[in-house]
Amino acid sequence: MPNIESLSFFLPELVLTASMVVIILVDVFMGPANRNRVVRQLSLAALAVTAYLLWVQTDPGEAIFFGALAVDPYSRFFKWLFLIATAVIFFVTPYTSQLLKTARHEYYLFLLAVMFGLFLMASAQDLIIIYLSIEIVSIGSFVLAGFLKGDRHSNESSLKYVIYGAFSSGVMLYGLSLLFGLAGSTNLFDVQRALASITGPGDLILVAALLMILVGFGYKISMAPFHFWTPDVYQGAPTTITAYLSVAPKAAGFALALRVLGIAFGDNLQFPADQWFPVGSLAIGTVIALFSGLTMTIGNILAIQQNSVKRMLAYSSVAHAGYMLMAATILNTQALGAVMFYLAVYLCMNLGAFMVVILVHNKFGYDDIDDWRGLGFKLPLVAVPMGVFLFSLTGLPPTAGFVGKVYLFSVLISSQQFWWLAVLGVLNSVVSLYYYLRIMKVMFLEGEPTGETVSDHPAMTGMILALMVPVLLFGVYWSPLMGWVRASLKIFTPGG
Amino acid sequence: MDASILTILVFLPVLGAAAMLFVPRGRDELFRWIAAGFTGVQLLFACWVLWAFDRGSSQFQFEVMTAWIPSFNVNYHMGIDGLSLPMVFLTALLSFISVVASWKITKAPRGYFALFLLLDAGMMGVFVSLDFFLFYMFWEVMLLPMYFLIGIWGGPQRQYAAIKFFLYTLFGSVLMLLAMLALYFYSEPHTFNLITLISQAHKIDVMLWGIEMKWLIWFALFIGFAIKVPIFPFHTWLPLAHVEAPTAVSVILAGVLLKMGTYGLLRISYPLLPDQTIVFAIALAVLGVINIIWGAANAIAQVDLKRMVAYSSVSHMGIVLLGMAAVVSVRQGGTMAGAQLGMNGAVLQMFNHGIITAALFLLVGVIYDRAHHRYIVYPSDYKDKALRGKLGFGGLAVGLPIFSGFVALVFFAGLGLPALSGFISEAMCFLGGFSTFRTLTIIGTFGILLNAVYFLRAYQRMFMGSPNDKWSGLSDMSPREIGMLAPLVIIIILLGVYPSPALNVISLTMNNLIELVNAASSLAGM
Repeated sequence: MPNIESLSFFLPELVLTASMVVIILVDVFMGPANRNRVVRQLSLAALAVTAYLLWVQTDPGEAIFFGALAVDPYSRFFKWLFLIATAVIFFVTPYTSQLLKTARHEYYLFLLAVMFGLFLMASAQDLIIIYLSIEIVSIGSFVLAGFLKGDRHSNESSLKYVIYGAFSSGVMLYGLSLLFGLAGSTNLFDVQRALASITGPGDLILVAALLMILVGFGYKISMAPFHFWTPDVYQGAPTTITAYLSVAPKAAGFALALRVLGIAFGDNLQFPADQWFPVGSLAIGTVIALFSGLTMTIGNILAIQQNSVKRMLAYSSVAHAGYMLMAATILNTQALGAVMFYLAVYLCMNLGAFMVVILVHNKFGYDDIDDWRGLGFKLPLVAVPMGVFLFSLTGLPPTAGFVGKVYLFSVLISSQQFWWLAVLGVLNSVVSLYYYLRIMKVMFLEGEPTGETVSDHPAMTGMILALMVPVLLFGVYWSPLMGWVRASLKIFTPGG
Repeated sequence: MDASILTILVFLPVLGAAAMLFVPRGRDELFRWIAAGFTGVQLLFACWVLWAFDRGSSQFQFEVMTAWIPSFNVNYHMGIDGLSLPMVFLTALLSFISVVASWKITKAPRGYFALFLLLDAGMMGVFVSLDFFLFYMFWEVMLLPMYFLIGIWGGPQRQYAAIKFFLYTLFGSVLMLLAMLALYFYSEPHTFNLITLISQAHKIDVMLWGIEMKWLIWFALFIGFAIKVPIFPFHTWLPLAHVEAPTAVSVILAGVLLKMGTYGLLRISYPLLPDQTIVFAIALAVLGVINIIWGAANAIAQVDLKRMVAYSSVSHMGIVLLGMAAVVSVRQGGTMAGAQLGMNGAVLQMFNHGIITAALFLLVGVIYDRAHHRYIVYPSDYKDKALRGKLGFGGLAVGLPIFSGFVALVFFAGLGLPALSGFISEAMCFLGGFSTFRTLTIIGTFGILLNAVYFLRAYQRMFMGSPNDKWSGLSDMSPREIGMLAPLVIIIILLGVYPSPALNVISLTMNNLIELVNAASSLAGM
């Protein structure tokens, strides 16, 4: 579809762009007195308008901007996840004590910019746009991670993030350029057609291209061994940003990786294709399976030794990337649905856990696990939801995390492939119980009920309880969520 | 009433737990009344089910089946037969009694009783579920309250005991999860329905790593169940958890939770994978005998009364396993009657052991509440001179006649004295085992002797001999304590002299299961 016509299907993104411009102007012309408040309200309004436009958006039937972006139910599913995550972060920002001393107008601006990048990531099907969208997200995230200007951890986190980000996106760009060299086009579907006809010496280049692209995606979803930035960035960044990074860019990374690998390396133009395209002697499924096993094991084992709650949750998020990669080893609709379902659930439970971390930090300034002693008796309204989130992360019923894991394992078992990975996955769940229980232990098993309770923050507690509802609800009745995932499993293919 | 009674049984305690959220602060005495009320009504419903259950039918009764998650073919499917009914009644009875036994809980009573009711609901759910997915959810849901009940209200080593229990059982159940999904995906049509799977599961024809998938499924299920029973060598969590848990939770652990392992084997492994069951039966018998001897030998070595009772459970569950192994009696040159004796005896022993061990733990709690220790050594036997004469009991029968009477009766039931319920079921298991695996059973019967050793020795050291002056001021059992033990003792005596009402409930289902296992087997010609 030509550019001008495409604009009408690009309205949510356009609104985001326009609101960023407005915020910059407000920043220039408005005094510092109530700038934070006005910018926050503007940003929330921008989110509301974006949500409305996303709701009424229709399918164009073809890719917009000359095949660069797909506007399909698949991308819309992820855009809703990004919207929800961003809205939650906007909501709790003014109640986060870490951020109270800094001017927050730029913070909202960068969050909107990151969200714009995430929207592009969910839709991209052109090598250039793929790279650009990842960069938009990354650069915004670098700034946000270092937003606590006086804090050494925050600065360190930002710097580490920049270096890792620059390195891995450089490698990825090289891989993309190899792909372009082989195919002569930046469009994913052209790439697929070209790859299907390659024989002989092209193989080695293709293997190199695939692995290099995996480095870029691996960095975005914190897949081992490209996860080294995760604990430091998660620990140093403002907790709201940590929460955001742990869910939204990860979801976008999966959305993009599944689309790119599924289209470019599938054996036909249907998506999802039934089989991987055999890249030389390399079986893509096996490569991903190895990464998956490595990621979950490293994440879980390193999480055991952490004393900082944020670092522990960082390694836990590495482990969860490993669980989701389990399903990505298989290329079919069921696998895609399982990952999408898990991402939606993961969004609620991980955001919820981080909201609790923020609230506890506000109240007591704690970050060490041992400081949470007796929290279950002091702040029951917060500690009990935390328990629900942690059990959901472990994958115990009756929580949505359990259902999500069942779907992930189902993919492997029904395809009768990678049994060893399924066994490794369940054993990892048992290991993860150990460190999640450590938080439960200090909250509930240590300390005595003194009868005194601390007043909790109503708005934050409300948000935590609101995030607990889907975690419990989808744990016992997940048909609505699964229905939405299934309806979103339509991926744009030319002529399809 | 018929269709919804099981739903009521399972979710009534959940309602009770929800009600506790609305109790205002400072009204702590309300929690135990709510808990007692809801478990009491649940017990009444369970009694009604016991009365209304048709003993002449081998079908599942009070069955309810509604689509739950159609896209995954998960159904809300419940029903009971002669195997589940005794367990349902046991759960309801012990839950109510345990609430009464928890009357003196003062630490965070809201949490305690709410978690207790959730535990009750989870256990009840396991015994009535006929959908594997539903079964698995209840199976896991139970772990959470149990972890907190041990971890918050337990003894000095409670944290370690709680996490060990949780990790151990979770390890077993995640393997079960894989087995469940394999059963679902490799059977046509894909189903979690445990009744449909009986005719489908044995057709699974998939190999993995050069091993038949059915064997892998069997072993994954077996490890999950074996940890719960617990079967040697998976039993190490048990003494720790039982000893550290508060009295009422020990009652539930030993009385109900252990039965889930053998229940799972009989409900899922036996009918779904009969070939594997038949081949494995001899191993089951061996493990059973090891359990009997190992548990009893360990019990003898204990100086802590509660630890001794905990190990006695290992021994008694071994008898259940031996009875279950008798399912292959005909194949081993025995008789159908032998198989029936063993299998019926196994289920009856599950029920009887539930009652007896619950009474044992309650009695341990009674003395611990008064003396704050449970040492069963002669006061003069301490090597440490400072402790000599301080710990240990002796001559308690003088000051606590009612208590010593109860203990005597329950101890005798535990060691299998005729005319008490334990004798009947143990004898049936051993007779069934004898017709099947003769040598093994002969070895196993030595366990009875060992059981007598530790029970009688404990009784002697606590109640006979010269009184230890330090404990002369203990008061005898209160009416509440007598009230919670009386129903258990009545059942022990009643089923000891007249067991047929219980056997009537069990036998039709178990005899069917024996036929199913032997007939469905492709090894029939062997």
